[in-house]
This record gives sequence, C-alpha cells and structure tokens, in this order.
Amino acid sequence: MRTTDISIDRHELGGLAPLLLKLAGASLVAGVAGIALMATVGGRGLDRILQSWLVGFTFFLNLSLGALFFVLLHHLTRAGWSVVVRRLAEGMAALFPLLALLAVPIVLWLPRLYRWAEPGVVVHDPILAGKAGWLDPTFFTIRLGVYLLIWSVLGLYLFSRSVRQDATGDPRLTVTMEKRSAPGMVLFALAVNFCAFDLLMSLDPHWFSTIFGVYLFAGSVVVFFAVLPHLTHWLQHHEELLHTVTVEHFHDMGKMLFAFVVFWAYIAFSQYMLIWYANLPEETEWFLRRQSGQWVWFSLFLAIGHFVIPFILLLPRSSKRKIHRLLLVSAWMVLLHWVDIYWIVMPELSPGRVPLDPLDLFVMLTMAGAYGTAWVLLLRRRSLVPARDPRLAESLAFENA
Amino acid sequence: MSTTVMDRRVREEGAVWGLLAEFTDAAELIEAARKVRDAGYTRWDSFAPFAVHGLDTAMGIHKTVLPRLVLLGGAAGCLSGILLQWWTNAVDYPFLISGKPLFGWPAAVPIAFELTILFAAFAALFGMLGLNGLPRLHHPLFTSERFRRVTTDRFFIAIEADDPRFDSGETRRFLTQLGAAVVEEVRD
Repeated sequence: MRTTDISIDRHELGGLAPLLLKLAGASLVAGVAGIALMATVGGRGLDRILQSWLVGFTFFLNLSLGALFFVLLHHLTRAGWSVVVRRLAEGMAALFPLLALLAVPIVLWLPRLYRWAEPGVVVHDPILAGKAGWLDPTFFTIRLGVYLLIWSVLGLYLFSRSVRQDATGDPRLTVTMEKRSAPGMVLFALAVNFCAFDLLMSLDPHWFSTIFGVYLFAGSVVVFFAVLPHLTHWLQHHEELLHTVTVEHFHDMGKMLFAFVVFWAYIAFSQYMLIWYANLPEETEWFLRRQSGQWVWFSLFLAIGHFVIPFILLLPRSSKRKIHRLLLVSAWMVLLHWVDIYWIVMPELSPGRVPLDPLDLFVMLTMAGAYGTAWVLLLRRRSLVPARDPRLAESLAFENA
Repeated sequence: MSTTVMDRRVREEGAVWGLLAEFTDAAELIEAARKVRDAGYTRWDSFAPFAVHGLDTAMGIHKTVLPRLVLLGGAAGCLSGILLQWWTNAVDYPFLISGKPLFGWPAAVPIAFELTILFAAFAALFGMLGLNGLPRLHHPLFTSERFRRVTTDRFFIAIEADDPRFDSGETRRFLTQLGAAVVEEVRD
C-alpha cells in the first residue's frame, strides 16, 4: 500500500495566484480589445458578436455544469478516488453567478439571436402559435434565471460546506452534502434539459428533439474531464502543487473522459438515427441544415474528431496512464467541444456557410479571462485539496486494480 | 474399502506436485511473493481470500494479452454485424423499406454495435477462461486440508515441482525462511 504524507505538500495557490490572475487578466483584455477591434475596424455587427457570444457562453456554462455534475456524483456515490481533485471542480461549479452575468447580453438582445423573440413572429406562424405560451421573451428570461439560480445554489452550497470542513474537519458535513446531492442531482438534470431546449434548441423554434438536453449534458461532462487533467497537471508543474494527485487519479480522469466520449457518440447517433429513420420534414430540417453547403465538412469533422479519433486514442490503458498522451487527447477534446457547440449554434444563424472568424477566438479569450479570474479569486486563499475530508486517505492511497 | 479412500491412497502415493506455504496476513504474503519472484521461480502462484493490492507487481506478473483478444473480438463483431446486414438486406434478399437505401449505414449501426459488444464480451470471458486453463474439475491443491482456509483467513504461496529451480529440500528451506507458518508437500 502506498501512503502520501500531505503535510509536506503545499496545497494553496499562494505565489501562483498573481501569475494566474495576470494570465487571466491578459486574456480578458486581449479578448475585449479584439472584440472592439473587430466591431469597429472589422465591421462586425452586433448580431455576429452575439452569435460568438452564445457559443462562448455555452462552452463555459457546460464546463461548470460538468464540474457540478462531477461533485454531485462524487457525493452521491461516496466516491473515494476523486477527493484529491474535487476542490478544483468545486471552484468551477461555484461560478454560476459569473455565468449569469455573462448571460446578460443574450437576454438583452434576445430577438437578434432567436427569431421567435421578434414581435409578431410567433403569432403569424401556425407551428409557433402552438408554442406561444413557452416562446415568450419574459418567460424565457425568468426560466434562464431559475436554471442559473438552481445551479448557483447547488454549486455555492457544495463549495461552502466543503471549505467549511477544511476548518472544522466535521465528517457530518460530508453526510449532509451526500444527502442533499440526491435532490440536487434531480434539479440539476431538469435544469440542464430545459436550459438546452431554451438556449440552443429554440434557435430553430420549429424543431424538437427530446434527447437534446442529454446530448448537451454528455458534452458538458466531456469538456470538464478534458479540462481537469490540464488544470491539475499545470498546477503540479508550476510551484510543485498537488503532488497528492498521482498517475492513478489521471488514469481515472482518462477513463471518465473516454466513457463520456462514447456516451456523447451514443446520444448523438441515437438522435441522428431516429430522425433519419422516421424521415419527417419537421425533424430532418435541423440535420439537413448541417448537411448542406460548407457545413457538410464541419459535421464530418465533428463526428470523426469528437468520437472516432479520441475513441481510438483513449482505448489502450497506457494512453490514460502516460500523462502527456492523456493531455494531448484532452486538449483535442477541449477544442472539439467548442466545435460541437459551434455546430449546434451556427448553422441556424448562418446556413450553408461556416462563419469562422477571429471574433470567435476573441470572445473565447474574454470568457476564459473572466472565468479564470473568478476561479482564482475564489480559490486564492483556500486549500486546493479538501484537506480534512474523511475519505482523503482513501483517495491518497488509491490504486487501479 | 470404499473407492474414495482407495482414490485418496493412490493420490497420496502420486508424484510431488509442489510445495504449499501458509501465511497469516496479506503484508507477509506480498513480502514473500516479492522474494519468490526475485529468487527466479516461474511456476508458482499466490492465493488469498480477497484481492490484495500490489500483489501483481510483487509477483512480477507481466501484462496479459487479453485486451488484444478483446479488441480482436470487438472488431470481428463489428465487421460481422455490418456484413450480415449488407448481405441479407442488399444482396441475398433485396427489399425496399420506406424508400431507404438497400444498405443504409445508420440502420446498420445498432446491430453492428451490439455485435461488437457481444463478441468483445465473449472474447473477454472465454479468453480469460482459456488463459487461466479453466474450466478444470480438479486441482492438486484441493487435496490439502489446510488450503481450505484460503477462502476465509489464510494466505498461500504454492511453488510447483515443474519449476526449473524447484528442489524439494532447498525450496522448502527457502519458503520457511520467508516466514511461512507451515510448509507442506502437495501430491498429485
């Protein structure tokens, strides 16, 4: 059996915090400056900026959703292995108030993204008239607020109790977190589904797919388990933090990434095959748009890049245990998750043409900067490991059979 | 004289199968396994009532080919699923269903997927059994009364007489040195 003495390991950001804040700040400034430049000199209109904004917002929303799912699942299953990386996830899962702030532009200029939000559109369209009660800008805003409120409460609750345990060491906190995670998971699942319907599916208000929320959820867990090994490794590499995390934990992150890559493909294909089989015009239009013009190649790239390549690369045990190989695949998956969101959003707003633009990059830089800053500020004075979690010893000694 | 007793007598007079060493806890077992490995024995095994972490490395067990067998099984399943559907639907008995192509690949995926899983699972199960030399109805170790406690509270190392380094006296002394509570001879 292997034991690690964590008292000799530093597990606070400490001197790394200013560096991280500088990096995040630079990303934020570069992003905002880039957007401003594209808007003025580049002549991109508000519509185009909002489209990129929706993609970027969904990307970071999914990252936090994946993190929240991981923390909830950890408590629900009384997981042992994952204690050493849980605090990093708790930090991401507590950032929903920031995401609420980032959602403001979307709500503010709703009709520029969602055609059902334009006055008069719903009434004159017989299909949309049947959905008039749901497709209402005020109701949409309230709903989005409720989803973000549910996630904020869950994320901040789990973060604050976990941090409190660092001080008190009270094992009863673990028990309450486990108990509250059960209804929490139900609320999480409902909110994710409805949010996917509202935020992304309603870009084409005629179209419907009951599995769409699960599709987005699968992607959110993929992006989380793609980011987590990078974050952990970066913290280990600089300032020798987190030496409590070993190859065994990376192996498990790799397994989770692999599992959810396959789950994503399963859900994506189920959605596609049922619609292909039934061949009903009101359902096929959504895929038809993604099989027309330049989007054909984009769709193929997504299918191969988001499933075939990572499936083959992550299949052998060694690619999950050789950390540099795992980091390579997970970096690829971070990119492909962005491609996935782009593929959901953009064909609705730019049919036939893939509108890749530097603007997309600048929006991502802006979001990453804001997100990173908030994460560092939240964890700056905290332990990066739940130091007095009753299952920490189990996690430290964890070995894959 | 009943046949069972006669069988046993015959067995007791059989050739020496190997030596069985008994240990009282898992840590002792791991330590002893490491030393047996380092002494260069090749035909030997450890036995414990539960999975002991670190025993694999202590015994120096090298990688199994099983994952490759499972991959081959999965690939064979996928291929046969596709060929089966292509041949039956598009070649042997072409039948147009709701205007779909005779061989529409999306429709073929579920069955190809299921056969991939099925064949991979078969490869895993039967490959595991085959590599372990199972099923077998009897094992010389079952003649040892002492060995029965391996399912409750005792740990064992057995070195087979077939091992090139096996020497009845030398190996017995070696196992006693490792801290075995008891070392006994097992006959076929």
